Amino acid sequence: MSGGDWESVIGLEIHAQLATSSKIFSGASTAYGAAPNTQACAVDLGLPGVLPVLNREAVRMAIRFGVAIGAEIDHQSIFARKNYFYPDLPKGYQISQYEHPIVGKGKVVISIGEGEHKTIGVTRAHLEEDAGKSIHDLFPEQSGIDLNRAGTPLLEIVSEPDMRSAKEAVAYARKIHSLVRYLEICDGNMQEGSFRCDANVSVRRRGDDKLGTRAELKNINSFRFLERAINHEIERQIDLIEDGGEVVQETRLYDAERDETRSMRSKEEANDYRYFPDPDLLPVSISDADIDEIRAGLPELPEQKQQRYIDELELSEYNAEVLTANRDTAYYFEAALAAADGSHAATLANWILGDLAGALNKAAVDISESPIAPAALAELVARIDDNTISGKIAKQVFEAMWQGEGGADEIIEARGLRQITDSGAIEALIDEVIAANPEQVEQFRAGKEKVLGFFVGQVMQKSRGKANPGQVNQMLRDKLK
Amino acid sequence: MPKTVTEIRRGLAQGEYSSQELTRDYLARIARHNPALNCFISVTEDIALAEAKAADERLARGDGGLLTGVPLAHKDLFCTDGVKTSCGSRMLDNFIAPYDATVVERMRDAGAVMLGKTNMDEFAMGSSNENSWYGPAANPWNTARVTGGSSGGSAAVVAAGLAPAATGTDTGGSIRQPAAFCGVTGIKPTYGRVSRYGMIAFASSLDQGGPFAKSAADCALLLQAMAGFDGRDSTSSETAVDDYSATLEQGIEGLRIGLPKEYFAEGLDSRLASVIEDAIGEMRKLGAQVREISLPNTELSIPTYYVVAMAEASSNLSRYDGVRFGHRCADPVDLEDLYKRSRGEGFGEEVKRRILIGTYALSAGYYDAYYLKAQQLRRMIKEDFQKAFEDIDLILAPTTPGVAFDIGAKTDDPVSMYLQDIYTISLNLAGLPGMSLPVGFVDGLPVGMQLIGNYFDEARLLRAAHAYQQVSDWHLQSPEEFA
Repeated sequence: MSGGDWESVIGLEIHAQLATSSKIFSGASTAYGAAPNTQACAVDLGLPGVLPVLNREAVRMAIRFGVAIGAEIDHQSIFARKNYFYPDLPKGYQISQYEHPIVGKGKVVISIGEGEHKTIGVTRAHLEEDAGKSIHDLFPEQSGIDLNRAGTPLLEIVSEPDMRSAKEAVAYARKIHSLVRYLEICDGNMQEGSFRCDANVSVRRRGDDKLGTRAELKNINSFRFLERAINHEIERQIDLIEDGGEVVQETRLYDAERDETRSMRSKEEANDYRYFPDPDLLPVSISDADIDEIRAGLPELPEQKQQRYIDELELSEYNAEVLTANRDTAYYFEAALAAADGSHAATLANWILGDLAGALNKAAVDISESPIAPAALAELVARIDDNTISGKIAKQVFEAMWQGEGGADEIIEARGLRQITDSGAIEALIDEVIAANPEQVEQFRAGKEKVLGFFVGQVMQKSRGKANPGQVNQMLRDKLK
Repeated sequence: MPKTVTEIRRGLAQGEYSSQELTRDYLARIARHNPALNCFISVTEDIALAEAKAADERLARGDGGLLTGVPLAHKDLFCTDGVKTSCGSRMLDNFIAPYDATVVERMRDAGAVMLGKTNMDEFAMGSSNENSWYGPAANPWNTARVTGGSSGGSAAVVAAGLAPAATGTDTGGSIRQPAAFCGVTGIKPTYGRVSRYGMIAFASSLDQGGPFAKSAADCALLLQAMAGFDGRDSTSSETAVDDYSATLEQGIEGLRIGLPKEYFAEGLDSRLASVIEDAIGEMRKLGAQVREISLPNTELSIPTYYVVAMAEASSNLSRYDGVRFGHRCADPVDLEDLYKRSRGEGFGEEVKRRILIGTYALSAGYYDAYYLKAQQLRRMIKEDFQKAFEDIDLILAPTTPGVAFDIGAKTDDPVSMYLQDIYTISLNLAGLPGMSLPVGFVDGLPVGMQLIGNYFDEARLLRAAHAYQQVSDWHLQSPEEFA
């Protein structure tokens, strides 16, 4: 990005596929991956005469999200038709919401590093049905249409243009991703398209009040691509303006393979969607009692969890934040903590965020699929805390556990890694070392304290790492006096 | 022949004839007269005979239902499983519905026998049945005249005795106006009374299904079978369904009837007006208290209706794109060509006109001036009725400004055609129930009288019509040719 005198302004539109078992306006299944057109009923096909019937579970899920971001929930919500022709849109209109979306203004707080936070406004979130899929590369000179996805419920979450960098946009997207998974309203699977991000990007000279002309980036299916696509777009717009050009309002597709965005359609070619209230659906009435009931049923949300970890478990703010950023990590931590009867919270946190995270990352395995179960990790940490093994030996045990050699106790026994805490045995080793090194004994007694480290090292080596280092240290001092 | 549903139920119950005999008679009449009338698009002989056989078995076991063994015809916009459902359009000439509409299902559950599917204006858009891809249906009273529309085929079928009853739909008068033109009785229920599931949509907030028959007593039976909540239609009402037949004989002593002065003004054929006057006299004799009322926003109903109905239609008809079902043009070169030619060839002129007007009314920059304005006017029209019903029980009016006109007389003048609906469309905008019953003739053509009720007051409407039909026989007359 060139010069410091540019500011980028970013807003995101996130489509989260709601995890209902049937579609938003029909009884067909929403399961992913079925053979084409096997999960599309008469309503999904838009046959003459069919009518939509609203899935109340989708409404409840949308309200869950609204309540979680402290949003206004309208007592009357209205579905509208968005009219446009496309072969994978069976009715020639998409049932969506225009005026009176189910979720009004709300906000989320994102972390922008170094303990700094920023509040991002959510303009609205509305319910709509997904379209089907067009498949262009399966039949020569023809396109295939798969309507399995048609009618799948989506929650479109629209942010304010509050983000000022690609990093902030990613932090916001991750935050929403984390939230919908905590709320169990979306599986968050970006590869399968359950969670999709479109970014509205514009640039302006720093200090300008007026927003620049924006481009909308589509087709982004990972957080990494989101960051890259936005950065590319910012750069493209700045270059364009600095070269005397003008940004035009348009939709641009991100091409991950070429790592570039390219124009899809300009504003002039944009559809007039002719929104109007769908006469087939009555306004949705939502009472305060409905909202209260949903609020009461909310799980503990990331911020609340984080605060509890700090207050009750005495974790560092950093660890608490990282542990709670992802629902599965928090669940892993809590399961391990429960297995450890609520003790060793700090050690568990360090292991989860350190060795375990490293191993998972390297193997590209999700924590929910970790080969080391939470209870197994708790067992390992317990063995450190009760001095059965040292922290150093624990890393060996962890490695063996990762390889599937069994539980911590099993490995410690099989490999004879139990720490030596028997003072008689340690004393024997110390005596051997002192007898073998009279010169160093003299140096120590002459006041050269540093030599103590040499003796500890020698004893540890003789014990093959199993002696308790603290105990060795203390006993050596006594003997060498 | 022709018989009423009430007579048929008695005849079947007493074993005077079997449903199969009756059904064969009707099929024979259809074969003889349909070429002149063109009121059926499909005749489902095999289904009819199979259903009649099953009905006879039920009757023999003594477990007959409300309509067991009674033949009827369905307007060709009710989806019928395995049977062509054309909606009067080339677009759906090849469409075999894979499911039954709720109305079809309920009629079958009640034991009715389906004779076939009736002719109609394409996608229910029209007031003369001339907009059908299958050609106009002819009025049995004078085959040079129109049947009215859009449910023209259904009205003609009952008038000519090709079926004792038929289903229809009414978006702006499509049951009442053809009932008036063909001299039969028809009722358009309160919006939400009859499920719209499987009823091919024209204008979703206005469409409502209902029956045609010879008499109000027959309509009571048919509506009983059709009405009621349906979970597949979100706009269907959960209000309990009255027993329409139970109160038929209670008379109209003391019933307060309002005559909207705006409906008896300029534009109404004076000969037709005097026929209605006579009928009003009969109602007075029966004990009704008749007074003039005002529905001041009546003249706004036509523009309001045409904006609302066409806006909804423009969206409802988007699904006919040549992709999944219906007409597809030959050898499309690309997607746009597929859309343009499939829709261009599949839809008739009137349908295209309405799609264009509706699209325009919803377009950016025009939405507020047209669609939103029309919604405001719609509320005002509704309030007119609500205010009127504070002091009266029923509204009485002509159904149409004139009698059935010549086929071809108005086809070049859509606005004059739209004015045919002046007395009927306000009800659809308000969602109120209304019916038309025959009350006399002008030039040998039937005149219809319209009764308009308050929400879910179908029982009272049917009772008033029945009371009139107990002291008149207009409804029992048949055109000589088809007697």
